[in-house]
Amino acid sequence: MFLINCPYCGERDQQEFKAGGEAHIERPKQPTELSDDEWAEYLFMRKNIKGVQFERWNHAHGCRKWFNMVRDTSNDEIKAIYKMGEKPPSQ
Amino acid sequence: MRNKYSVFSLIKNAFSYHENWQRAWKDPAPKKEYDAVIVGGGGHGLATAYYLAKKHNMHNIAVVEKGWIGGGNTGRNTTIIRSNYLWDASAGLYDHALKIWEGLSQELNYNVMFSQRGVMNLAHNLQDVRDLKRRTHANRLNGIDAVYLSTEEVKKFCPIINTSPNIRYPVLGGTLQRRAGTARHDAVAWGYARGADSMGVDIIQNCEVKGIKRNGDSVEGIETTKGFIKTKKVGVVAAGHSSVIANMAGLRLPLESKPLQALVSEPVKPIIDTVVMSNAVHAYVSQSDKGELVIGAGTDDYVSYTQKGSHQIVEGTLNAILELYPIFSRMRMLRQWGGIVDICPDASPILSKTSIKGLYFNCGWGTGGFKATPGSGDLFAHTIANDEPHKLNSAFNLNRFVSGDLVDEHGAAAVAH
Repeated sequence: MFLINCPYCGERDQQEFKAGGEAHIERPKQPTELSDDEWAEYLFMRKNIKGVQFERWNHAHGCRKWFNMVRDTSNDEIKAIYKMGEKPPSQ
Repeated sequence: MRNKYSVFSLIKNAFSYHENWQRAWKDPAPKKEYDAVIVGGGGHGLATAYYLAKKHNMHNIAVVEKGWIGGGNTGRNTTIIRSNYLWDASAGLYDHALKIWEGLSQELNYNVMFSQRGVMNLAHNLQDVRDLKRRTHANRLNGIDAVYLSTEEVKKFCPIINTSPNIRYPVLGGTLQRRAGTARHDAVAWGYARGADSMGVDIIQNCEVKGIKRNGDSVEGIETTKGFIKTKKVGVVAAGHSSVIANMAGLRLPLESKPLQALVSEPVKPIIDTVVMSNAVHAYVSQSDKGELVIGAGTDDYVSYTQKGSHQIVEGTLNAILELYPIFSRMRMLRQWGGIVDICPDASPILSKTSIKGLYFNCGWGTGGFKATPGSGDLFAHTIANDEPHKLNSAFNLNRFVSGDLVDEHGAAAVAH
C-alpha cells in the first residue's frame, strides 16, 4: 500500500487506483500480418521486471483517467509519473 | 544413507535427550559440474530433484537455493490440497499429485501430516451454482471425487457457517471433495530434501543464481554467488522470481509476479474440521493442528516483489470471513505475511521445455502451487530427464501461448485474478 500522485487529482491512496500492467506495449500496426509468435509476444509475454518498471495505472475511484508510472517493483518506490502520450523519462 | 525414522529411533534418541539425531541433509559446497541443476529449493524444486534421483537414476545433481530451503512460497502458503479442477488436462495434473500425496509420508519416511479433511467450495450466486455443478460433473467424468451440496448439506458439514438467506452473499450451495485436505508445508520441503540428499543430491543453500551461461542455443552452466557451476541441464523452479531467471537467459515468459497474502489467528480449540473456500467473496479458512485459523487473502493487482500486500486486501477478506463465520468476530489475528506468486494469463502452470536446449521452466503456479508439489516434481523430473514432457504435463507447455490452446482455470483457482 502506498500513495500515488495522480497527475490530475494529486496525492491519493493506492486503493483508489487500478493497475493496468506494463506500459508502452505498442498495438500491432498491421494485425493481419502478424505471425502466431508475434501475437503471443504482444498478448501474453511480459517483462515482469524486478526493479524499475514502466506501467499504466488508472485512477478508477477518482478522475478515472489513465496515466503512466515508473516504479521500482522491488520496493514499491514510485520514481516518476507522467501523462498518457508523454515521453517516458529517461532512467 | 539416512537412518530410518521410526518409533524405535524415537525411543533410542530419547535416551540421549534428542541431541544426537542425524542431520537430515548435508551442507555441501557446490561441485564444478553436475548432470543437472535445479534452481529453487522450495517444495517443487526439491521434489523434482528427488524424483530425478529416484526414478531417472540421476544422482550427480544439485538444488541451488538463494535463501534456505522451503523459505519461500513453500513456507508461506495456506497448505490446501485438492484436485477439483475443471479441464481434463488440469484434472490429470492435480489428481496425479493428490494420488502421490496419499502415500507420501510412507514413501519419504517423513510425516508430512497429510490430512484428508475435505475441501468445500461455496456458491454465493446463481452463476457460482451453475459453474460449481458443471465442475462437479467434469470432476466425476475424470474420476475425481466430487459432490454438490445444498445449503442445508453445507450447514450440516460445517455448522459454523452462516447460511442465513439475509447476508450480503448468501450460501446457495457448494461442492465437496472429500479426498482433499491439507498437509504440513515445511515437512514437505524437509521430507523431499532428506530423501533427495540420501540419494546423493547436493542441496546448496544461500546460493543465488546470477546468470545463465549459454553457448548459442544450449545451456552451459549457471553463475552463482558461490561461483560458476557447469551443467547441461537447468530446471528453473523459482516461483515469483521465474521472470528474473528467464531474463538472465534472454527468455520471455507470460508471467506477472504479484503479492499474495495470508494470515493466521491466535490458536483456539478445534472449531472447523475442514477447509472452506469462497471464491466469490474471496475468503478461505481452515484450522491448523496448532489451532490457528489459517486464512488466505487475495493478490494485489500490481506487479511487486516486496512480499508485502495491501491492507485493504486483508480487510476485504476478513469482512467476508466475519459475515460467513460470525463466531470468529472476536478472534485476534496473530501474523500476516505475503509471498510473490507468478501468475499465468490462463491461471494454469507452465512445466515445459524452452527454446533454449537444456533449459526447463516449472512456473506459473500462481496462487495454488502447493497442492501440486509431488506431481509437479514427478512430471518436471520426467521432462528434464527425457527432454520430453510426460503426457500429463504436455498441455502445460510454453507453446500454448502461441498456439492459443490455453487451459483456462480461472474458475477453479481459489483466488480470483
